Amino acid sequence: MKNLARYIITRLLLTIPMVFILLSIVFVVLRIMPGDPVSSMLGGHAPEKVIEQKKEELGLNRPIAIQYLDYLWQVCRLDLGESMVFKQRVTKAIIEKLPATIELTAFGMIITLFLGILMGAYAADKRRSAQDNLIRLYGIVVYCIPVFWMGLMLQLIFGIWLDVLPIAGRTGARVFASTFEKTGFYILDTILVRDFSALGDVLIHLILPAFTLGLVLSGIFIRLTRANMLDVLRADYIIAAEARGIKHRKIVYKHALKNALIPILTMMGLQIALLMAGAVLTETTFSWPGMGRLLLERIYLRDYPTIQGVIIMIALIVAMASLIVDIIYAIVDPRVRY
Amino acid sequence: MRYSPAAGIARIISSFTGLGKKYGLEWWILVIGAVVILAIISMALFAGSIAPFSPYDQNTGPQLLPPGGEHLMGTDNLQRDVWSRIVHGSRTILLIAVLAAIISSVFGISLGLISGFSGGFFDRVVSLVMDSVYSFPGLILAIAFAAMLGPGVINITLAVAVIYIPTYFRLVRGQTLSIKEELYVEAARAIGASGSTILWKYIFPNVIATTVVVFTLNVADAIMIEAALTYLGLGLPPSIVDWGMDLSMGKKFLPSGVWWLITFPGAMISLLALGFTMLGEGLAEILNPRLLER
Amino acid sequence: METILKIEDLSVHFPINIGTVRAVEGVSLELQQGEVMGLVGESGCGKSTLGFSILRLLRPPGKIVGGRILYHGRDIVQMGERELLSLRGRKIAMIFQDPLTSLNPLFRIDQQFTETLFTHERGLGKREAFNRAELMLESLGISPERLLEYPHQMSGGMRQRIMIGMGLILNPDLLIADEPTTSLDVIVEAQFLDLLNELRKQFNLTIILITHNLGNVAQLADRITVMYGGTIAEIGPANEIFDEPLHPYTQGLLASIPNIKLDQPKLQTMPGSPPDLVNPPPGCVFHPRCPHAKEICKHETPEMTERDGHLVFCWLYR
Repeated sequence: MKNLARYIITRLLLTIPMVFILLSIVFVVLRIMPGDPVSSMLGGHAPEKVIEQKKEELGLNRPIAIQYLDYLWQVCRLDLGESMVFKQRVTKAIIEKLPATIELTAFGMIITLFLGILMGAYAADKRRSAQDNLIRLYGIVVYCIPVFWMGLMLQLIFGIWLDVLPIAGRTGARVFASTFEKTGFYILDTILVRDFSALGDVLIHLILPAFTLGLVLSGIFIRLTRANMLDVLRADYIIAAEARGIKHRKIVYKHALKNALIPILTMMGLQIALLMAGAVLTETTFSWPGMGRLLLERIYLRDYPTIQGVIIMIALIVAMASLIVDIIYAIVDPRVRY
Repeated sequence: MRYSPAAGIARIISSFTGLGKKYGLEWWILVIGAVVILAIISMALFAGSIAPFSPYDQNTGPQLLPPGGEHLMGTDNLQRDVWSRIVHGSRTILLIAVLAAIISSVFGISLGLISGFSGGFFDRVVSLVMDSVYSFPGLILAIAFAAMLGPGVINITLAVAVIYIPTYFRLVRGQTLSIKEELYVEAARAIGASGSTILWKYIFPNVIATTVVVFTLNVADAIMIEAALTYLGLGLPPSIVDWGMDLSMGKKFLPSGVWWLITFPGAMISLLALGFTMLGEGLAEILNPRLLER
Repeated sequence: METILKIEDLSVHFPINIGTVRAVEGVSLELQQGEVMGLVGESGCGKSTLGFSILRLLRPPGKIVGGRILYHGRDIVQMGERELLSLRGRKIAMIFQDPLTSLNPLFRIDQQFTETLFTHERGLGKREAFNRAELMLESLGISPERLLEYPHQMSGGMRQRIMIGMGLILNPDLLIADEPTTSLDVIVEAQFLDLLNELRKQFNLTIILITHNLGNVAQLADRITVMYGGTIAEIGPANEIFDEPLHPYTQGLLASIPNIKLDQPKLQTMPGSPPDLVNPPPGCVFHPRCPHAKEICKHETPEMTERDGHLVFCWLYR
């Protein structure tokens, strides 16, 4: 067990330089813009003096190195500054929108895993059959469908033509979030106040966006699961287990799947990044009030501190998620930690 | 004459099916992909002749006309012919995606070769940077770049190019590291081959096969990213004809049941991305069946 | 002595895209209780396939297409799934070539033992199962605290002993060992063979030792079966096979072993190459390479000739 602890600490230490590099990249990227952010913010026709004064206020006249260090220090304290456009602290603005994004991506991930792993295992089982080829084709095709187009088409079919599902927002017109909002995770909140009709409303609104996200990424997991299952089912220890008289179903779902799942777990870490990217596009398409939509809104408004803040937050989430996945991986596969 | 056109065609077909039998499904996937790509490239090259109207012409017919008759894919809210915009839009997306992929590959491969080959501090620092970027969602980085650089074809191409460099880097560096240890490289060193000779004559040719596959998949990804960026309103000015942008303009009319403005551009994006993906997947299976374990 | 396993006219085919590989063709064999039968031959002769067929462990597309495998009178080929599962591991066990890949890397050693026990003995208690695993490890000469380790933490030789242990934990009658020493170095190999011999006496085992290493069988086997091209060349007592090989293939095989005692300016080889099992030569599979080939060898599959417990399948002896 102490090997596990040692592994976790080593892994943590490795994350720090990577996060640091990402933060630096964000810092650089957000300052490469041609033109002057302050003058465009003030409308483009403001007098010199006002521009200078604003710049002084925002600390943009200090040497770049100082700005950089100040930036790093702020991030460490999780203080992401103040919005240029609205009177709000960036950190607060992001935290408000975070639960919406997490709910969406969590459900998306569940759908992806469910569809992907099941179909992948089934395809591996029925190797070289028509079902197998169909599933493989589906896997390739679905990944090439832009997630926002998938969202629009689902909206068209289920929201407009069939009119059975809502196409925007987290709640319907007659449900007021303020009546139950506590943590921001509406599923949790509605259960806590026992407002089950609101819960139903929240779930219905989740369906289309979560499926949009989930379907597009399922292709990757189908391929991964299928490939891994095929490999594992050919392994010597599977034959050896058969030779000891163990039942086929146990062999497939205990011996084989556990081994096949490991590379899938590592893939999950990479998928968090794709999920975040997909979430931005899905939130825009479904008017979902999450971090992704916040990012785009503030890009249009040229609110650089908020833009920076959201990107930093995403970087942190991705780093943390991949760290957690690696730790789970180490728990499951003992070879890694020894 | 033995070489009549019919016999020639028959021979081409039989060599196709022969390869098909040998490689199975993967070969057909490759062929379909190649056909799709060629079709769309032709569309782009001969856009002027294929499109019945100019994509900018705001007087081609009634507003928001459903597909049919003169307008294969209907018209949009500015009375422009959708089919013509689709045809011309192919140029934009192909140009940007392929250019971005070329830039990506040149930088990524060179850095990968140099870093893998020289090792040491340089390698470690560059690898760390590349790994960090690789783990970050590419689209978000591209959004940041596009937002900061502003609209423009060059800008969006750069934004799309940057995010794929780490992929090439990691692949090439990994291969360089293992090839470097091979006996024939040691032998070359023993007879006095210089560093750059080894790099370009020994390592590079071995690396090419896998990079070709990655390149095609890179183009597919670049297509998706380009479409995503323009859909979000970043990267290109409205004056350029682009599928992603048409999607974002068209979605406003979705609630009224206007389906043709989003269905066709989206389908084209998917089709083009699919073409390159199929080409890449087919190539990967054929060149080396265990290559692609993304 | 009792016959515990009787293979009658067994054929195993692998239909693949270029044709059907006749891996095992018309093989008949009888195994006596308590003996060690060495099953030898070059790569591709069908010995491993034969070994796998006994417990019906063939991987698709391999199929048993004819013949019977009788274990105490019951035909394994026709057996229902339930009976087959209860046979595997409990009455007939099999151990494999590479112990690293034959053990599931994600499970501890004790878990792998106890799982086998629980599979065949329903009501067994956890404590008792664990104890039996400990006892087994002791008879293998491994410290019981290693039960809590994972396969990759052990050396190759130790893993192979664990493999034997898992095979023998339920005290089977028959152990099939498929190339068990191929992945071991020479010293460990010798230890392994000694251990096998010990266990054989301790557990009153019958062993089929499949190997291409003639040295192994010289040490351990009572009888030897020589296979070639999917068929049996000859079966006989070990010392007779070595001293007086009857089949031309066996003769060629033994002659090609370098002998340090002799002055050999040139190594002896057999002309030709192993047969194409998709299109095997008609008649005797060995005839294209046989220095004594007669006309009949080219058309008719040789029948069995017996000489004092020494069986040979060759027209020379008819």
